[in-house]
Amino acid sequence: MPDVIPDDSVGLVTPQLQHFDQPLTLRSGRVLSQYDLMYETYGSLNADKSNAVLICHALSGDHHAAGYHSMDDKKPGWWDSAIGPGKAIDTRHFFVVALNNLGGCAGSTGPTSMNPESGDVYGPDFPILAVRDWVNSQARLADVLGIQQWAAVVGGSLGGMQVLRWSIQFPERVRHAVVIASAPKLSAQNIAFNEVARQAIAKDPDFHDGWYHKFGTIPKSGLMQARMLGHLTYLSDDAMRQKFGRELKEGKLNYSFAPEFEVESYLHHQGEKFSTRFDANTYMLMTKALDYFDPAADFDNDLVKCLSRARCDYLVVSFTTDWRFSPARSEEIVNALIHADKNVSYACIESDNGHDAFLLPIPRYMEIFKAYMQRVANSIPATEGKA
Amino acid sequence: MTVLRDDLAIIQQWVKPDSQVLDLGCGEGSLLSYLKRHKNVRGYGLEINPEKITACIANGVNVIEQDLDKGLSNFEDNSIDTVIMAQALQAVQRPDLLLDEMLRIGDEAIVTFPNFGYWRTRFYLLLKGRMPMSETLPYNWYDTPNIHMCTFRDFEMLCREKGIRILNKTVVDDQHKEHWTIRLWPSMLGEIAVYHITRK
Repeated sequence: MPDVIPDDSVGLVTPQLQHFDQPLTLRSGRVLSQYDLMYETYGSLNADKSNAVLICHALSGDHHAAGYHSMDDKKPGWWDSAIGPGKAIDTRHFFVVALNNLGGCAGSTGPTSMNPESGDVYGPDFPILAVRDWVNSQARLADVLGIQQWAAVVGGSLGGMQVLRWSIQFPERVRHAVVIASAPKLSAQNIAFNEVARQAIAKDPDFHDGWYHKFGTIPKSGLMQARMLGHLTYLSDDAMRQKFGRELKEGKLNYSFAPEFEVESYLHHQGEKFSTRFDANTYMLMTKALDYFDPAADFDNDLVKCLSRARCDYLVVSFTTDWRFSPARSEEIVNALIHADKNVSYACIESDNGHDAFLLPIPRYMEIFKAYMQRVANSIPATEGKA
Repeated sequence: MTVLRDDLAIIQQWVKPDSQVLDLGCGEGSLLSYLKRHKNVRGYGLEINPEKITACIANGVNVIEQDLDKGLSNFEDNSIDTVIMAQALQAVQRPDLLLDEMLRIGDEAIVTFPNFGYWRTRFYLLLKGRMPMSETLPYNWYDTPNIHMCTFRDFEMLCREKGIRILNKTVVDDQHKEHWTIRLWPSMLGEIAVYHITRK
């Protein structure tokens, strides 16, 4: 709980809900006849609507990227380290839009929403989405807000995939793309981790093939296992050694199967927390979108050809100990962009924090991010009559 | 108008307008930034120093964090018009292999390096019996990044062995200035060499 809101915070924010009744045809061929998107904005939109920045969230993120909902909030939004006055994404220059993606469980239409056709919640019947479906829905939100072209589209991990997709799907609507700790497609190892997580959920007796709401249960243990596995792949060996080592909770071995090492209770805590706030069907769906992402597939599996469509400039960032989205994967994107003759800068940030690093205020990361966003701010066309 | 360091000012004369360059060890991106603005040159800089990378980004220069000693295999053959390396040749693990790489990727290359045959350097070693130090070479033998020092003649010999053609060369003093006296005896009087080379 903040006693006072820090000066570099966007302060108290209120989410907004936007209803869409124009049907959205999805990659799978299914159609969402109507849907809602929950979003937040920070900063103010300039007169010619040229200073807007879209934030794309990752697997478990939502629209609450920065600031506080109330003075009782324990924590600010998930990317508060990067969004605010004077921060990398400086809300004194930019109008920032962050939304909860379709299929999410934080207010946008998803598996927990009412299906207008059946009169019941969607549950596992909610269509499986692809990254491009999110981008299409985000484009409609941009239309509603009157944003013809984003000054920048920014995201990490699965968010970075949305950024890549934006840059080739709506090339004329993106001036700058910031792709952090991401990949042009998942590796077999990465898909395998997702499948283990999905299986943990699916095999939980409380899952009921996704219809758990009908049984008044939630697949808590499955979700917990999925999150524990995910969480540990987001950390590095070094980070875990530093944070936990072999510390024992009670200072001695108890010769029991209850959690004894600090790392065990940490994972339990993370899993527990997650299982009560996140919807299992959403988790299944989000990991599927990750697995499916492969924009080069439509271009003879040629990433260079794929990215040749883009018209924006790129910043690509990776982290040394990130093994879930390793620097080599970011470098695939960078090399393809170079071959496609695009403007691109790339930095690989030294960090012990694994994949999680993209959410942390690592000084060098923030300096580079800020320098690039300053460049984005400088490229905002001057509004007529502006001093 | 930006004022460039003089060796960079020489380099820029040899870069064709509207061409594409790759700058190895691009520093804060001043050459690339100059070439972009004055010659409509597109390009990328490679750099490993974190502060310099940030400076490049602030300068609006395309910079890629990449270690030259790990090779340039991510760049395709003949994909760049001119590959530039200012004052880095002597600091890489294998200057000979990097030269090959530069001319694999680029039609032409421009290389600058400090001349170990400069008269002061020669006399320093001769008279003091110690590894030469100067304003251009301010390091001790044990902490210098300049691990492969050579003279103009060494460099030209390497070019001959590799069948590399020298299109232009210029030598400058420690102020990066060209001076008529240097032209009398460049291998002795020039402190920094600037070579424009090709395989064709």
